[in-house]
Amino acid sequence: MRHLLSTRDLSRDAAIHILDVAEDMAQTQTREVRKLPTLRGKTVVNLFFEDSTRTRISFEAAAKRLSADVINFSAKGSSVSKGESLKDTAQTLEEMGADAVVIRHGASGAPHTLAASGWIDAGIVNAGDGTHEHPTQALLDAFTIRRRLHGDVSRGRGLDGITVAIVGDILHSRVARSNVWLLSALGARTVFVGPPTLVPTHLDGWPADVSYDLDATIAASPDVVMMLRIQTERMNDAYFPNPREYARRWGLDDERLARLRPDTIVMHPGPMNRGLEISSRAADSPRSTVREQVANGVSARMAVLYLLLSGERED
Amino acid sequence: MSARTVLQHADISRALTRIAHEILESNRGPDALVILGIPTRGVVLARRVATLVSEISGVDVPVGSLDVTMYRDDLSRNPTRAPAPTSIPARGLDGATVVLVDDVLYSGRTIRAALDALGDIGRPRAVRLAALVDRGHRELPIRPDFVGKNLPSAPSERIYVRLEDVDGEESVTIEQGGA
Repeated sequence: MRHLLSTRDLSRDAAIHILDVAEDMAQTQTREVRKLPTLRGKTVVNLFFEDSTRTRISFEAAAKRLSADVINFSAKGSSVSKGESLKDTAQTLEEMGADAVVIRHGASGAPHTLAASGWIDAGIVNAGDGTHEHPTQALLDAFTIRRRLHGDVSRGRGLDGITVAIVGDILHSRVARSNVWLLSALGARTVFVGPPTLVPTHLDGWPADVSYDLDATIAASPDVVMMLRIQTERMNDAYFPNPREYARRWGLDDERLARLRPDTIVMHPGPMNRGLEISSRAADSPRSTVREQVANGVSARMAVLYLLLSGERED
Repeated sequence: MSARTVLQHADISRALTRIAHEILESNRGPDALVILGIPTRGVVLARRVATLVSEISGVDVPVGSLDVTMYRDDLSRNPTRAPAPTSIPARGLDGATVVLVDDVLYSGRTIRAALDALGDIGRPRAVRLAALVDRGHRELPIRPDFVGKNLPSAPSERIYVRLEDVDGEESVTIEQGGA
């Protein structure tokens, strides 16, 4: 693998391969010594133009567990805030000997620009770009679902025949976009659920169904309910009347939680707004995978860094 | 290209039986033995050796697999390798006599990686090495304790171990390389 820019270009086999490697990585994390010598001497740069503590520390933990050196570059208080262009930043990182660049950027397509530019030779990992994609989040979500479904015999399997309801702000969600492509490649069906103002109007070609009614979706008994975070910065943009109304119609409250099938799992990429899109009881229930998702995030990102940085370079 | 069969089905079985006896002899019985195979074919051989050791001694000897991919020193010189699962018996490795099993012993680099991997999992009392074939050309100060067959070979030759469970047939062949 040369870069990881989106889940859309992952074939079923490629996706299952990454998940299987993540399975091996997860296994090493139960050892007495959790650090592997695999990427000794490699340098991974976390280039974050947007704040994201969770994603950044997850990538940092993944790189460090593989013995890579990690350089954190956040745009705030850096040369970027002084007006440096992406090109100059990239060329600086190239000269410092970066082998991989993990980039989070507010503009959709920034990782692709970096990968295609020729400014830098490193492997590029998209850690979230604008409202486009967040592929490692989708990988860790698929990994989490697969482990809940198949446990120790997950290797080699897809997610065939299951239904995943993704609930909330689909319009702005790169998590939803990355998930829908990966889930479809793995054989799962996706339903987008949310207020009409927060679901894209043109979904032609997206392998997903749309519902505006969370209760109807729950009645159809999905295997997975994935709640997305309502970004507080959207609340003033009149996508919905007020937080209370959102919680009442599209939040996973205690009453809806009780109506889920006993083995339906509840996911959330974090950070959660407890009481808004998800109730505390739902978030802390045994069916919730919120904490597993964090641990699995490190394993999935270890797998991606390993596949990107080991092996001969094929261009 | 000429292929020469060096070990046939019965030869392999005999070699493994002898190795099983030698393991028990050098360990003075089955106490604290753990047998670990190195994927892919080492795991199959380890299971067979463990079964033989258990039959001979009447004690169930724990067996597992140890993947060394993440510990190799040639990761950036070859195409990306897919790691294989590691499974360590429930008793763990602390205080155990671990017998590593591999199909072909060559440069010794795989075993070097295996020793590093072992160190991250536990602290065995001793580590021994069993190989079905030792073809020489060591690049590190590593030697086997139990060998099925010493097979002097030229670096240009290739040695193929085929096992029923993996390849559907059972033989060790040596082929002239080149091409």
